Amino acid sequence: MQTASPLTADSQPIIELKSVTQRFGRNEVLRNISLQVRRGETLVLIGESGCGKSVTMKLMMALMEPTEGEVHWSGRPVKERNERQLVKERLRFGYLFQGAALFDSMSVYDNVAFGLRQNTDAAESEIRDIVLARLRDVGLPEVVCARKPAELSGGMKKRVGLARSLALRPEVIFYDEPTTGLDPIMSDVINELILQTHAGDAVTSVVVTHDMQTVRKVADRVVMLYPLDRLQPDEKQIVFEGTSQETFDAANARVAQFVAGLAGERMLELAR
Amino acid sequence: MFTGSAVTPRETWVHTVGRATIEAVEVLGDLSLFSFRMLQWMVARLPQRAVILPCFYQIGVLSLPVVMVTGGFLGMVLAVQTFDQLVMMRLETRIGAVINISLVKELGPVLAATMLAGRVGSAMAAELGTMRVTEQIDALRALGADPIQYLVVPRFLACFLLIPLLTAVADGVGILGGWMFSTQILGVNSFHYWHNSDLFITGYDVVSGVFKSVFFGAAIALIACHRGFNCGAGAEGVGRAATEAFVFSFIMILVLDFFLGMFLNTLYYMLWPMPVTLG
Repeated sequence: MQTASPLTADSQPIIELKSVTQRFGRNEVLRNISLQVRRGETLVLIGESGCGKSVTMKLMMALMEPTEGEVHWSGRPVKERNERQLVKERLRFGYLFQGAALFDSMSVYDNVAFGLRQNTDAAESEIRDIVLARLRDVGLPEVVCARKPAELSGGMKKRVGLARSLALRPEVIFYDEPTTGLDPIMSDVINELILQTHAGDAVTSVVVTHDMQTVRKVADRVVMLYPLDRLQPDEKQIVFEGTSQETFDAANARVAQFVAGLAGERMLELAR
Repeated sequence: MFTGSAVTPRETWVHTVGRATIEAVEVLGDLSLFSFRMLQWMVARLPQRAVILPCFYQIGVLSLPVVMVTGGFLGMVLAVQTFDQLVMMRLETRIGAVINISLVKELGPVLAATMLAGRVGSAMAAELGTMRVTEQIDALRALGADPIQYLVVPRFLACFLLIPLLTAVADGVGILGGWMFSTQILGVNSFHYWHNSDLFITGYDVVSGVFKSVFFGAAIALIACHRGFNCGAGAEGVGRAATEAFVFSFIMILVLDFFLGMFLNTLYYMLWPMPVTLG
């Protein structure tokens, strides 16, 4: 089994959120978040459902614009790029969506080939070689190529999604709850794939998860977000930042509660 | 000392109307930007043929049966409804003119567009809405494709180009249906049927109906795609997007029909002024 790589202190931020606030109508999800993703690290975002982890990741990839604040890629604000530059530069990033987000109308092969066809002039034979290689990387046989996403299990969908996001050899891969809804064994397979991808091409990884097994296995650095509706106005939304080990040893009550998976009196009261 | 009340003021109808107005203006503004971006992509770079052709097949070919049935029955219903009135005035041979002018100028384009707003518009909104809630639209962007170029442009082109053709088919089948019912069932003389049609219908009438359907097609595509792209969460959101796509398209068809009708009439009288009668 591979282990998470040690964090290098001199790594430069490849992505940076600067005082970012995100609102949807009247609903504030993120408040004044500042966060860096350093080249080569595996950053894991944890926190309760609805605390803004996935939104943070979509902001990092410029899939949405922040209400306030700035997102920087390699030291330059994203908003300085025009739409075309943004589309092109976004190819530096791969994204494994929570439900894999495979295109229903296409076969597995066409899903994995999509980015290559859309953004390169590669010949179909070359595309085929890449698609099959990426599917092999994630442990899927060639026979799945002709299948439609609806014919795949949850774990297979995630692996096809990962193969698709790897097809263009991205510098950074975002994993949105990669093990959610999978059995423990398939979850471990996905965790291994995250490690393998990270080690193989030295990619930077950002993982959003609730799964502490994933945190233990893949994280170089852990950041915990807390839901705004349970914070005081002057409290920071990032309630913890540290290594994987520090997360499990944290004295901070909110982190300890999350790691232990305890509901706490307040949540139980709400549930009642 | 004055102590301010912390109680939130009760919502009145003014708040409700104000909020609805703001929301409507926001949606219109967003739809305008959406349309502008779609037009930009149409000029800059069209999607690949492999993306466009399935849309043309879905929207054009698969809509043919429903459009033909609509047109055919429309022609026959018009015959049923107008025949008795014309008989009372001893003008039954004019039935061809009444049916055909109603079909090509008004009912053919409007009802074909309404059927297509239901069949095509709702389906597009539901499909794009599902893609939105399952993050497939985000996935397109993550893979270097612009969702407007990839998803909206082909659908817009298909509606813009094929709905006028489908309207022409509906008109044609409606004319045949009206003729068949009038001559075979109601006993109207076939020669007089066509002769009177020829006397009262001009090429301008036929072209104006098809011309209106170009705008109906564009409106259906833009509204349906916009609703799909702005779909709410879950199955409820997708269902609402599909319903809104049909309702808003239908309203827009009627509004466009009114203004285009006025415009085309004005244009007609500018091109062919009525002879001035004295006394």
